[in-house]
Amino acid sequence: MTGTTVDLIWLAPALPLLGFVLNGTLALARPTAKTLVSIIGAGVLLAAFGVAIAVFSAFTGLHAEAPVVFRYWSWIPVGTLQVDFALQVDQLSLVMLLVVTGVGSLIHLFSIGYMKDDPGYARYFAYLNLFVFFMLVLVLGASFPVMFVGWEGVGLCSYLLIGFWFSEEANANAGRKAFIMNRIGDFGFMVAMFMIFWSTGSLDFDTVFAHAPTALTAGGTAITAITLFLFLGCTGKSAQIPLYTWLPDAMAGPTPVSALIHAATMVTAGVYLVARCNLLFALAPVSSAVVAGVGALTALFAATIALKQWDIKKVLAYSTISQLGYMFLAVGTGAMTAGMFHLVTHAFFKALLFLGSGSVIFALHRAYHHTHSHEDAQDMRNMGGLARYMPWTAALMWIATLAIAGIPPFSGFLSKDEILTAAFARGSVEPIWLVFWGLSLVAALLTAFYMTRLMIYTFHGPNRTGEQEQTHLHEAPWILTGPLVVLGVLSAAGGLLNVPELYHGGEWLHHWLGIVGAWQLLKPERLVPARTASAERGFARILRNKWYVDEIYDALIVRPLVWLSREVLWKQIDQRVIDGAAVNGAARGTRALGWANRWLQTGQVGTYVAVFVVGVLLVLWRAMS
Amino acid sequence: MLLSPALAISAVLFTLGVAGVLLRRNAIVIFMCVELMLNAVNLTFVALAQSLGLGGQVFVFFVMAVAAAEAAVGLAIILAVYRHKQSVSLQNMNLLKDG
Repeated sequence: MTGTTVDLIWLAPALPLLGFVLNGTLALARPTAKTLVSIIGAGVLLAAFGVAIAVFSAFTGLHAEAPVVFRYWSWIPVGTLQVDFALQVDQLSLVMLLVVTGVGSLIHLFSIGYMKDDPGYARYFAYLNLFVFFMLVLVLGASFPVMFVGWEGVGLCSYLLIGFWFSEEANANAGRKAFIMNRIGDFGFMVAMFMIFWSTGSLDFDTVFAHAPTALTAGGTAITAITLFLFLGCTGKSAQIPLYTWLPDAMAGPTPVSALIHAATMVTAGVYLVARCNLLFALAPVSSAVVAGVGALTALFAATIALKQWDIKKVLAYSTISQLGYMFLAVGTGAMTAGMFHLVTHAFFKALLFLGSGSVIFALHRAYHHTHSHEDAQDMRNMGGLARYMPWTAALMWIATLAIAGIPPFSGFLSKDEILTAAFARGSVEPIWLVFWGLSLVAALLTAFYMTRLMIYTFHGPNRTGEQEQTHLHEAPWILTGPLVVLGVLSAAGGLLNVPELYHGGEWLHHWLGIVGAWQLLKPERLVPARTASAERGFARILRNKWYVDEIYDALIVRPLVWLSREVLWKQIDQRVIDGAAVNGAARGTRALGWANRWLQTGQVGTYVAVFVVGVLLVLWRAMS
Repeated sequence: MLLSPALAISAVLFTLGVAGVLLRRNAIVIFMCVELMLNAVNLTFVALAQSLGLGGQVFVFFVMAVAAAEAAVGLAIILAVYRHKQSVSLQNMNLLKDG
């Protein structure tokens, strides 16, 4: 306890939990009380944000070198394993705390407008509050197990919210896919935890990091295995190769959820974990190279897929995967500040992009609703020229686009170029980093290209929505655009949080190249609405189909597994061995034994008496002799 | 009274009883043979009470009381069986065996 406002840190997770309990009760008892739900749902988040700011300013006043740890109660005392429920406050967790509560508050406000006609309104806010609670446990936890509680909890909320409209099977499947993919990663996290406990004898962050340099040899097998297993957890949660395929499907959830969970906060948990364990990764150069390499490769790979997607949210989903790749490149390179900086700026502009797309989808959905048309409200081929109808959304999304494309002086420029610089600098020592740098440079060019493509097809050129629908296209209400304005300011000026001391002139040229190139190459006038569009050919088709990765996974993993389960585990082992041999076999054996011995039972009292007498005589004879 | 002749008579009586139970078919005869075995035991009790104290004689009263109760229940059962099957032969009573 420090005797300052920092002691109030427990309020930050407690408030969303309270919101979850209240909203959950309302969802069961009075689902129609939407005003009350809105006040509770957004109110607890704003209050938590207030707590975050207060704690942040108090903590900066402390000038504390070491993290401040609050131990509340003993959670798992088993032999030498002592795990307390403890929260940890330091610069890293405070940055995450501010981002989660700040961006979370804006998205809660946006949701009030976006979800207002949904019958599951209270349930939605209950889940959203629960998510924020778990996310705060994740970033504030002072030990691996406490963090793991949050880690699993956000996975659960992600599943619940992806499948929020579960009455459609595709949405429920998307939720399941996300959950299973995350389980693979969680397995890695758990194995890493066991190995950490095995080698350092503790799971508290401060103890582990204090003992790790002496308990583990740098570059040894143990530390490499630990960090690689941790990174496996990160690839699941943060959607990196090879476990990224759940994130694009996660777009089945409501758009604010995509903004909050699948762009701004939860998916950055992996980056946070690597940054938190930077000491461990510094001891394992091989793992660092793997992290950076996978990050750079994912950045490029996802960017190529984003080039040919028509669903506006899918473009943003692949863009998120790509930007997460940058963050991993940074933390793998050892540039923790750059990585966390990009995490923060990305949270701003990606939340803005998603909420902006939500606003567009909202407008299109409303227009189609008026004319009772069943067109896809998320397909960019059905948009075009929307800047005339939605000037605010268009302008704000342009800010976010310039930020993500890395145009100075927007926030993305400062954070992304810091990462590229760090990778390049490391390249002078280890040449492999030059390859990573090259990959991410190309990815940066593609980022500018696909984002400009999205903007051109959505907001410029002729409108393809339909003649009747055009009269119904309007700007979204202020509850939707208000949070967008705040995020727009943050996207533009967020870079000021961490201005690097040196600028590297010329490095940003390729960003412009991407935008200008897209402007020159793409012809929105020739685009036709989705219902009349023809299929792509050649390489474009491969990109459109996402390099067929889902199909490859299906053929290599899912189908063999299903076949093994059905043909061997079910039909052979379960039906023949367990049901046939063990269960029915026991019954058959007992019956055969009974059948063999049934001649003993004659039903004649005389026989029984005779046997009885013979038995008595035998006993007597034994007793005598 | 000598001990060994009493025990010998008791053994003979008991064996007769066992043989009767094993060989006869009539339920009433078997019942009487059971009583014979009980009384053979009673004789042993009384004979041994001479040298070992009065406990044996007391026990005989218990056995007689139980035997009387048993006779009442047993005869009632036999009567019920007779009414049901018109026979008291144990050979006809094999309902415990299926089929």
